[in-house]
Amino acid sequence: MNRKQQALASLCLMAVISFYLVVGLPKPAYAMHIMEGFLPVQWAIFWWVVALPFFLLGLRSLTRITQANPQLKLLLGLAGAFTFVLSALKIPSVTGSCSHPTGTGLGAVLFGPLTMSVLGSLVLLFQALLLAHGGLTTLGANAFSMAIAGPFAAYWIYNFTIKLGGKAKIAIFLAAAISDLLTYIITSIQLALAFPAPVGGFIASFTKFAGIFALTQVPLAISEGLLTVLVWNWLQSYNPQELELLKLIKREPQGNESV
Amino acid sequence: MNQSKKGLSNWLLVLAVLALAVAPLIFVRGAEFGGADSKAQEAISEIQPEYKPWFKSIFEPASGEIASLLFASQAALGAGVIGYAIGLYKGRSQQQKHEE
Repeated sequence: MNRKQQALASLCLMAVISFYLVVGLPKPAYAMHIMEGFLPVQWAIFWWVVALPFFLLGLRSLTRITQANPQLKLLLGLAGAFTFVLSALKIPSVTGSCSHPTGTGLGAVLFGPLTMSVLGSLVLLFQALLLAHGGLTTLGANAFSMAIAGPFAAYWIYNFTIKLGGKAKIAIFLAAAISDLLTYIITSIQLALAFPAPVGGFIASFTKFAGIFALTQVPLAISEGLLTVLVWNWLQSYNPQELELLKLIKREPQGNESV
Repeated sequence: MNQSKKGLSNWLLVLAVLALAVAPLIFVRGAEFGGADSKAQEAISEIQPEYKPWFKSIFEPASGEIASLLFASQAALGAGVIGYAIGLYKGRSQQQKHEE
């Protein structure tokens, strides 16, 4: 009787687990961001709190830009659309798994990083709501890596390369490629912080996650850099006025904020 | 002359991106090419086997087909906006050249 109960119980457990695996877990080939529910509550809240101020500041700078220069709205749309497209492209990588570029470098260089914190978060929200790609609870963490850390890195790398005397094209390539890679390194850090290994702690976990995310991302980062240069070339040949205008705008507000 | 040189370098950029995407498919044989995220998920369950996701997606695409429909729409919408903006800028700059 006892044994029978045990068998029944384990059968039930197996049924529940397999049901959960089939129905509950997101199917493979989804979500290259941290998945829904895959961050412990306290970390989910922490990253939301970190990301929110950037989003609000971004909204403010966005309204400032569009109010002062309404003709830039189309270019803003272009920057958002670029992120939208690139984050839909799942590209195979040398590690045998797929991931996608972020597309945030272009907008960050054009409009400054705060603008991209809004546009990038909107793309992430779309993917979380409609595609089960990423999640609402993990949105703060994902927004921090893709829409905040990445764009800020892109912006700094671009300006740094220009200051060193690099050409604009090389600067934009480096900005887009490195910020793309950095996004996934941050994701690995976020996961390692939430899931330190029992042996080896944070470092061991980080190596593991970085091996999955960052390694896969290397060729994609190069692709993103090349695609960003492509769009940059188009803008330069057809749209020099707006690029000039943006350079002037960025000097005023961004100068104070970045210090 | 300068314009055609730019055109060529743009095509080279596109080719390089395509090559980067296709090369793994040719050279990495027998790989699944699943999402990097599902690997991360496995890694989490290795590190902390007792961890269970505490929240589930509100909406999930009903099937792989529906998901690819949504992804295709995402790419199409974005590409449409980019094409529109670049096309408009190109037309505008050509008109300006015409007037000069």
